[in-house]
Amino acid sequence: MSDDSDNYMDAASFEGSDIVEDYQSSNPSEAFSDDDVEIEDNEAFIVNEPVKPKKSKFDVDYKVYDINDIISNQQSETEQVCSIFGLQRQDATILLRHFGWNREKLIERYSEDPERILKQVGLAPGTSASAQSDSRANSPVRLKRVKGFTCEICFTGSEDTSTQTLALACGHRFCSDCWKMHCEEKISGQGESRKIECMQGDCQTVMSEQVISQVVPEYIFQRYQTLANKTYVEDNRRGLRFCPGPDCGNVIECQVRGSDLESLIPIVVCKCGQASCFGCSFSGDHRPALCGVTKLWVKKCEDDSETANWISANTKECPRCHSTIEKNGGCNHMTCRKCRHEWCWICMGDWSAHGTSYYNCNRFEDKSGKDARDGQQKSRVSLERYLHYYNRFSNHEQSARLDQELYAKTERKMDEMQRSTSLTWIEVQFVKKAVETVTKCRMTLKWTYAMAYYLDRNSMTELFEDNQADLEKAVENLSELLEKPLDVETIPELRSQMQNATNYVKSRQNILLEDTLQGHMEDRWSYHITIPSLA
Amino acid sequence: MSFLATKRLSKELKDLNDKGCPTGIQLLQSDDLHKWIFELEAYDSIYSDDKLALMFRFSGQYPIDSPAVQFVVGELEGATYKAPVHPHVYSNGHICASILSDGWSPVLNVSAVCLTIQSSMSHEFTQPSLSSHSVLTSCKSKQLPPDNDRYVARAPENPKKTRWEFHDDTV
Ligand SMILES: [Zn+2]
Ligand SMILES: [Zn+2]
Ligand SMILES: [Zn+2]
Ligand SMILES: [Zn+2]
Ligand SMILES: [Zn+2]
Ligand SMILES: [Zn+2]
Repeated sequence: MSDDSDNYMDAASFEGSDIVEDYQSSNPSEAFSDDDVEIEDNEAFIVNEPVKPKKSKFDVDYKVYDINDIISNQQSETEQVCSIFGLQRQDATILLRHFGWNREKLIERYSEDPERILKQVGLAPGTSASAQSDSRANSPVRLKRVKGFTCEICFTGSEDTSTQTLALACGHRFCSDCWKMHCEEKISGQGESRKIECMQGDCQTVMSEQVISQVVPEYIFQRYQTLANKTYVEDNRRGLRFCPGPDCGNVIECQVRGSDLESLIPIVVCKCGQASCFGCSFSGDHRPALCGVTKLWVKKCEDDSETANWISANTKECPRCHSTIEKNGGCNHMTCRKCRHEWCWICMGDWSAHGTSYYNCNRFEDKSGKDARDGQQKSRVSLERYLHYYNRFSNHEQSARLDQELYAKTERKMDEMQRSTSLTWIEVQFVKKAVETVTKCRMTLKWTYAMAYYLDRNSMTELFEDNQADLEKAVENLSELLEKPLDVETIPELRSQMQNATNYVKSRQNILLEDTLQGHMEDRWSYHITIPSLA
Repeated sequence: MSFLATKRLSKELKDLNDKGCPTGIQLLQSDDLHKWIFELEAYDSIYSDDKLALMFRFSGQYPIDSPAVQFVVGELEGATYKAPVHPHVYSNGHICASILSDGWSPVLNVSAVCLTIQSSMSHEFTQPSLSSHSVLTSCKSKQLPPDNDRYVARAPENPKKTRWEFHDDTV
């Protein structure tokens, strides 16, 4: 291939051409690009530290932990409590679990009255707490063979046999099989991990992790630990949450206060690539819409799902010749095969008018004017208004899906071409990059429509809609390029076209996001409805 | 049924047959090891004239898991049984007692459950001895639980499937 492919190879290790790098360095808010996260991920692999993506002023601080981090965090918190009070590790763990891992509260309460607290959590079965803690320290709880022992629960053992038994600090001795079944029932049957108590009725002595590990098989103990880790995350008051990604067990730590959500959208991206919102738990990136707006919109769409169902149809009639047209890609610029009419899938309007200053596909024009006085007329307008925004919201969702389906086909073709021609794997990556960019930007566009639905009609909103229209136009252009047929001869040209279009789309997305998020901070957007607080 | 459950139930049954049931309690059915029925006489109580029977059903996890216990409502071996009208007993026979859920311990047994329920019918009995939780308590007037109709309309067949919230035991 030509020499520019060598340049491309060099840059490709950072997933982009030199144009992309220029664009990135000229742009302060790199957090909007997923590339950074991926690179961070690789670094994190080497240094084995939680991922901390680069930050713009619109981003929140957060950390991503894997399960080993979660285990070692529990260990170090336990160590601290041990060193303060000179407790056994297993006892400190029981205390911390009882207090929902709130160390400050535990330290305060324990300092006030250690005996009472030990009794309360099931660590002081006898009369004197100090005597009991001595005996615990001196003789750790172990399995013990006892001759002539009969288990009170299962009646195993007799005068002349010896039975494997166990007694907690309280002294209630039962056979090891009964302890095993008791723990299995609690762990597997009831999903319990905070506290497993002695089998004697009314005895609240707690089984420590070390004791449980002696009586249950390995796989049950693992399940117990998994449950305990889950409880640690859920009980923790310092802002820990599981990543909603499928099969991802990572935990994200982030500090947001409810009042922050009026101006900040705390989107976090896990190592697995899943974006989610720490403010409202939404599984995805709903920027630039605030959490409150997202919540209102999601609710609205659920309530009106039937009204809007027809929109998700994959076929429509050509507005001129009425022949049926099926949408097979994400691009909304339709050309009728029969009459060659070019039209817009979303508004059914003439495509040639799109992008001119006279026509706004994205803006809702209330055509009823001031005559809409009676209730019926008003409700019709309000439905039309909703459908205008919902239509565009759901269309971007659907288009993103179609873009990806189309890409799956393209990828197969690329594979073949790679085998039959001199093209390399690296050389066909530009399509992938373009699809990723289109998908992300369609998500951004989606949420701009949710936000616009609630915005007041004013000059600020018009500026917002201008940014929205510019991004939309750029996205549709790139999406159209994705539908172009691929062959070995046209690839070099298509590649440069697509790379340029991809970079332009990204820059439009950044402009829109930066301006909108800045607007949230400056309280520049006014809504015609009260946005609920999530505090 | 697990080895433990079978062994334990056989032993309990043998003890009941050899040593006899506690006073006022009589084993009616135990052909099926999973399901036993006792006739219960609530002597010295306002229920002394009622014909009462308790049905026990055991899961494979018994005695780690508590038995399902309820009053028999209907015909049995030629006699008609009804649930006692008691603030902690629903008209379908289900019993709200912590000894049958949270307060259960594998150290307890069928005989202990029978005795606790029998005691709760008698006015002599004031404080439950087996658990600090609320259990059935003695009662001086025949009253249904306040939520009887609502509960009975939607109750599961097996009382163990109900998540019991223990009623105020000062009734
Ligand atoms: Zn045993
Ligand atoms: Zn004990
Ligand atoms: Zn994840
Ligand atoms: Zn949110
Ligand atoms: Zn046509
Ligand atoms: Zn349009």
